Amino acid sequence: MRLGYSSVAIAMGVLSAAGCASSHAAATPSPSPTVTQSSSTDARVGLSAGWFNAGEAIWNLKKVSENKPAPAFLPKSPAGLSLANSDLTFTGNYAIQGNFSGFTVWDISNPAHATVADAYVCRGSQSDVSVYKNLLFVSGEELGGRLDCGIQGDTATVSPERLRGIRIFDISDIRHPKYIANVQTCRGSHTHTVVTDPNDPNNIYIYVSGSAPVRPAAELAGCSGATPQQDPNSELFRIEVIQVPLANPAKAHVISKPDILAHLGAVEHHGETPADSIAAAKLRAEREAAAARAGRTMPQRRPAGPPTGPVQCHDITVYPAIGLAGGACAGYGVLLDIRDPAHPRRLFAASDTNFSFWHSATFSNDGHKVLFSDEWGGGTQPRCRATDDPHWGADAIFTIDHDSLDFDGYYKLPAPQTQTENCVAHNGSLIPVPGRDIMAQAWYQGGISVFDWTDPAHPKEIAYFDRGPMNKDTLYLAGYWSAYWYNGHIYGSEIARGFDVFDLAPSANLTQNEIDAAKLVHFDQLNVQDQPKLVWPTAFVVARAYVDQLTRDNGLSSARLSAVSDALNRAEKASGADRTSTLAQLATQLDNDAQSSSDSRRVKLLAGEVRALAAK
Amino acid sequence: MSKSTTRAAALGALLVAAACSTAARPSSAATAPVPSNNAPMTPAQMADAHATPYTRADVAFMQGMIHHHAQAVTMAGWVPTHGASAPVKTLAGRINVAQRDEIAFMQRWLRARHEPTPDPLAHEMSGHDMAGMSGMSGMSGMGAGDTLMPGMLTPEQMKQLDAARGAEFDRLFLTFMIQHHTGALEMVQHLLAVPGAAQDADVFRFVSDVNTDQTTEIDRMRKMLAAYDASSHQGTRP
Repeated sequence: MRLGYSSVAIAMGVLSAAGCASSHAAATPSPSPTVTQSSSTDARVGLSAGWFNAGEAIWNLKKVSENKPAPAFLPKSPAGLSLANSDLTFTGNYAIQGNFSGFTVWDISNPAHATVADAYVCRGSQSDVSVYKNLLFVSGEELGGRLDCGIQGDTATVSPERLRGIRIFDISDIRHPKYIANVQTCRGSHTHTVVTDPNDPNNIYIYVSGSAPVRPAAELAGCSGATPQQDPNSELFRIEVIQVPLANPAKAHVISKPDILAHLGAVEHHGETPADSIAAAKLRAEREAAAARAGRTMPQRRPAGPPTGPVQCHDITVYPAIGLAGGACAGYGVLLDIRDPAHPRRLFAASDTNFSFWHSATFSNDGHKVLFSDEWGGGTQPRCRATDDPHWGADAIFTIDHDSLDFDGYYKLPAPQTQTENCVAHNGSLIPVPGRDIMAQAWYQGGISVFDWTDPAHPKEIAYFDRGPMNKDTLYLAGYWSAYWYNGHIYGSEIARGFDVFDLAPSANLTQNEIDAAKLVHFDQLNVQDQPKLVWPTAFVVARAYVDQLTRDNGLSSARLSAVSDALNRAEKASGADRTSTLAQLATQLDNDAQSSSDSRRVKLLAGEVRALAAK
Repeated sequence: MSKSTTRAAALGALLVAAACSTAARPSSAATAPVPSNNAPMTPAQMADAHATPYTRADVAFMQGMIHHHAQAVTMAGWVPTHGASAPVKTLAGRINVAQRDEIAFMQRWLRARHEPTPDPLAHEMSGHDMAGMSGMSGMSGMGAGDTLMPGMLTPEQMKQLDAARGAEFDRLFLTFMIQHHTGALEMVQHLLAVPGAAQDADVFRFVSDVNTDQTTEIDRMRKMLAAYDASSHQGTRP
């Protein structure tokens, strides 16, 4: 069987459920979550349609450049998914952009004019990309992916020439990538995550997420889509972990298939189970009462059917610095312990009545929160219309509390889109503004939304960019697959339109000091799903970013803030002992300020930065 | 149960038969198309030449699935007026939107290829009066020779659901929608067993999405049913 479930067993389990009539029980409505409501005056409403000439709305961003797809990936008329640009990864002055028919290497030395360094043709979908030093990893999932990278497809149901899994390239010469190896996997690779082990410099690991059906064992030995009851080696309820020996990456192989989704019975927290269980308990009580009145006994609970739960994950974001991963796994968001990267272990699973398909995860830099996205409709459907529920196809933010997840709030793109624009929450990354949790996120044809989720119950949009639909009458697949911050700019991978670069523009929501502080964080390489810990170098502008934030939230009186700014200015102009003493004195004053501030956390951050400046 | 299995087998046979008839299709290229100068085509040139192959099985799948989805829309349309609980309302609200959007996708895919395109929801006046429809109105024109697609409710089952109210409606809705979705998974399974089917990137993505979304929704509905079933002394987490 290619598909996971024995459908017969499922249906039998269901049909054997005994039912008895009872009165309707009203469910307790769940508390109303915070969602930014759309405004009819939003500039994103009513933009004109077009492929490369659509109307645009921009707020608190500056478009630095837009770059059409490389000729090999640019058809004369929109071609749907076969030429879709997908995810991004970064190495040095290059961005590598997946395409369902290969990948593009962009030279971003000059972000105002990105140039194509290479357009590598290799069909496979989704071509999710990651880098590690001189290695590039590319996901292959579809049936038409070939070992030889040909684009003609492969029509055999069982084929020795098919590639579904991870392709490995040597990008030592990045303008001429060399295809050196591949690892075949049972469901292919929809996406993957490179996992670095702080304790193992000799290997890296790749978590493979496959969301397509399991391939036949005749094509890849050992692949089983049977239920775990039928076959203990079932591929279901597991992820595949590839070990890549860095000394010999061609020897990469699947090292484990941890069953991180096994035995996921009752939902452990939030949403579905609490709400549904309350309703169910009430209903049950009423049914029992009715049965008692009628002199009947309740039917026995039916025997357990085949195992339920998510059979696979979509994206897994790992945060090695804190030893955790957030797995977005179909109907659940799971928290994983990845301190032993080859053997991740599930700590907790959350569900949510409003979530259709858990898609991706982003941790706050301090690791205290995690934001999950719901890709309701798979990204190909228009789910940001004014008629679409603002809690559906949104982000849900959770606080991580002793290895469990506490729900705080939702965030959905606040501007309604048309029905010819595919739109739902998709890939984003943190923007390293110290003291705040800010991220840029792609919403397909909904554009890019930059928002602040420092207060997890009240996320707030602070910048955006949006284009009108490809076409006003028909939905053509397009829009941003991902929007990621990398070394000072926001890069957007546009499915049909190419590759766009943006800068943050200062505003009341984000000052120049905060932007400049964000630009201090530098990566040599960046895979967003291998989330790096953001660390800021000690700098006056970081202190000033905190001062600006205290000004914004009235964390200190304006007189105090003005004095702090003056002291910082004096210290920066001074040197030696003068500077040290000015800063040391300021830090001590700030320690006192923190005790009476309404935002003492931030005053302490500022005091710490000032103290670090004094010690520099 | 055996009825559904028989239908599945019939559909499988239909898809295989359909695939066999594709041999003559010029679009079913088995090797890379080569332009006149003998240089291999780029992916963009291949797209412009409309050289991406699809099979009769892909077409039959889309046509059949449109009818399959239309029935789910009809079922979901009864939820607001049949005394459903809040969790079922939430679930059905999403099913309603999702299956309508997917019907629109399948219609776009078929129309772009100039294939016959069913439109079973065309009779809707405003799209807001589903509950007023008779159970049978959504059942006309099953496609594929008026055979029920796997998992689709029989006219008797539709009548039974339409007649139910309150908790009984909830239970039947969940039970029948699980049956319905399970049939969609069978349809995907049968399509993927046809040589050359789902080579088109949009088709592959669509059937993968149907597979994952409906597997996820089946799991959700089974848990909802189990919660209704669970005896109160087993307790619920606060």
